[in-house]
Amino acid sequence: MLEIKNLHCKLEEEDKAILKGVDLTVEAGKVHAIMGPNGSGKSTLSYVLSGRDGYEVTDGSATLLGEDILGMEVEERAAAGMFLAFQYPVEIPGVGNMTFMRTAVNAQRKARGQEEMSSADFLKEVRAKAKDLQIDADMLKRPVNVGFSGGEKKRNEILQMAMLEPKMCIMDETDSGLDVDAMKLVADGVNALRSPDRGFLVITHYQRLLDHIKPDVVHIMYDGRIVKTGGPELALEVEKNGYADIMKESA
Amino acid sequence: MMALPQVKQDATDARLSTLSLPVQDGWTRSARADALSRLTARGLPAARDEYWRFTRPTDLNATEVPGAAPMDESDEAPIFDGIDALTLVFRDGVFDADASDDLRLEGVEISRLASVQGADIHWAKDLYGTLEAKGQDPVWRPFAALNTAFAADGVLIHATGTGTRPICIRYVHEKSDSDPILHHVVKVDEGAAVTLLEAGAPGARFNTVLEADVADTGTFHHVRAQGRNRERRANTHTFGRLGRESVLKSFTLSLNGALTRNEHIVEFTGDNAVAHVAGAAIGDGRIAPFHHDDTVFVTHDAVNCESRQVFKKVLKNGAVGVFQGKILVKPGAQKTDGYQISQALLLDDDSQFLAKPELEIYADDVACSHGSTTGSIDEDMLFYLKARGVPHRRAMDLLVLAFLAESLHEIESDDIAESLRTRLENWLDRHAD
Repeated sequence: MLEIKNLHCKLEEEDKAILKGVDLTVEAGKVHAIMGPNGSGKSTLSYVLSGRDGYEVTDGSATLLGEDILGMEVEERAAAGMFLAFQYPVEIPGVGNMTFMRTAVNAQRKARGQEEMSSADFLKEVRAKAKDLQIDADMLKRPVNVGFSGGEKKRNEILQMAMLEPKMCIMDETDSGLDVDAMKLVADGVNALRSPDRGFLVITHYQRLLDHIKPDVVHIMYDGRIVKTGGPELALEVEKNGYADIMKESA
Repeated sequence: MMALPQVKQDATDARLSTLSLPVQDGWTRSARADALSRLTARGLPAARDEYWRFTRPTDLNATEVPGAAPMDESDEAPIFDGIDALTLVFRDGVFDADASDDLRLEGVEISRLASVQGADIHWAKDLYGTLEAKGQDPVWRPFAALNTAFAADGVLIHATGTGTRPICIRYVHEKSDSDPILHHVVKVDEGAAVTLLEAGAPGARFNTVLEADVADTGTFHHVRAQGRNRERRANTHTFGRLGRESVLKSFTLSLNGALTRNEHIVEFTGDNAVAHVAGAAIGDGRIAPFHHDDTVFVTHDAVNCESRQVFKKVLKNGAVGVFQGKILVKPGAQKTDGYQISQALLLDDDSQFLAKPELEIYADDVACSHGSTTGSIDEDMLFYLKARGVPHRRAMDLLVLAFLAESLHEIESDDIAESLRTRLENWLDRHAD
């Protein structure tokens, strides 16, 4: 599904390398988790994959279903099936949440040569999916993320994921700022989307989220590289002992 | 009175020599004469005048009309299409009776200045030129005085009850050198209500004045779309006087225009009244120059009144936006709630926004705020939209519309607001590069 090979990147503005050779393959149907201390490059990896400005890829490659994504525009990556659930979803005053989602869904369909979704069909589907995530009609009507609580913003991310039905979902610290109940709700939403033809990359600091979204593979990232890979037990080890031992091993 | 500086004297004399007073002036005679004496005493503006610092008056002063080819707007539905309104059509300032509806509307008395001004008396006599004259202090507004003196026609609207549908003045611009001067008067009686729409550019260069006197508990809604003509020069004045518990809402949409100066002068004379003046302007300097100036002066001379000024501009390719807005709170105008926001969204480095927000407050128990910002498209918002698959162009348009949304919210009627939003979207579609 997602294949990252020897990915190097630096900040565009200054000569500072962030990713120093990431190798990672996420298979369809699998959930991979990336853990790591602050500043290890986890969020940068998600930004580089989704095409955010400010980073320059200096070496390596990243493909989605065999297609090079690093050369694509941000919106082309989305249409190709890449989805980034933001750590800090952006508030957009003046753009209705519903308008936003319908525009996005239809733009992607159009880019893939599919027929656009009618207003009625869209409304029916978004209402049903919103209900599962306990997103009420008012949240759909309000401007994108404006006045949403932390939990509401994250649920809104999952709703977008559900509507867009991406191939590859990257979740950037989706658990940050969530209480236990909200985390459960978000995790349920994600679990409902797990399917044999969809891959997940879950970036998190803590093992907590992984209690709810059970990963198949856990990676530890440190200083711009994946330094250790294992099963779910690796997350538990980190929870117990912290990153210090792993960092020492890889140093 | 001091003599005018020679340059102003010359400019004023030259311009006056091209204008003539109507032969049959009846009840308007004294108002026109007074306005003319104001104009000769104070003269037309010069580039150095403080009030014209950001907008050069040259094209408005010119004795020869700077040419403006008419714009074919048939590629989209007419402005306010689908709004059931009583329509009056003016072609280059000349009333077109055949294209217009009958002037009868329940709850409202409508007449035309040109057809009734020969009489000795008319209800508009107490108003015509009155609010304009009052609005000349403390700031001189020469083109409004010129308008009162020389207006060739206009619509006189007297709301005695609730107008059953809006009145729409539809302007058609056909001649490239037309220079109409139109003067409208609206009188809203106690408890009465009326909506006035204005659509299109009245001419190549035009000067329009609207005087609106809203009596106690009356309501006046005014929505205007100034047409797409790129070369036109416009100078408009909207004067509002508000009685107790009355409401005035005025909104202007401006797309294109080589020169537009829209002035709003509002005065609260009765307590607990509400006035909202707002505008959205969008200009692309690539094909033709775009210069848009909103100049607003709100005077609070009553207790517990609310005023809002919401002006938004989107500028690209060397377009220029100007905002001069003032809230004056007179002694004793306690509990005044004054709000003023002027914002520009610059889509490139070539465009500019010049703003002069002012507050002048002589009462101690008031809440007044003003803000003025100049910014560019928010990169985080743009990335978020694109990360969901919205193409760059569409994402930019969504953010432009979102930026303008606050001003469109000031429009009372959703249907009317929607019709203007459609115009905006169409404009964005046409300026996709």
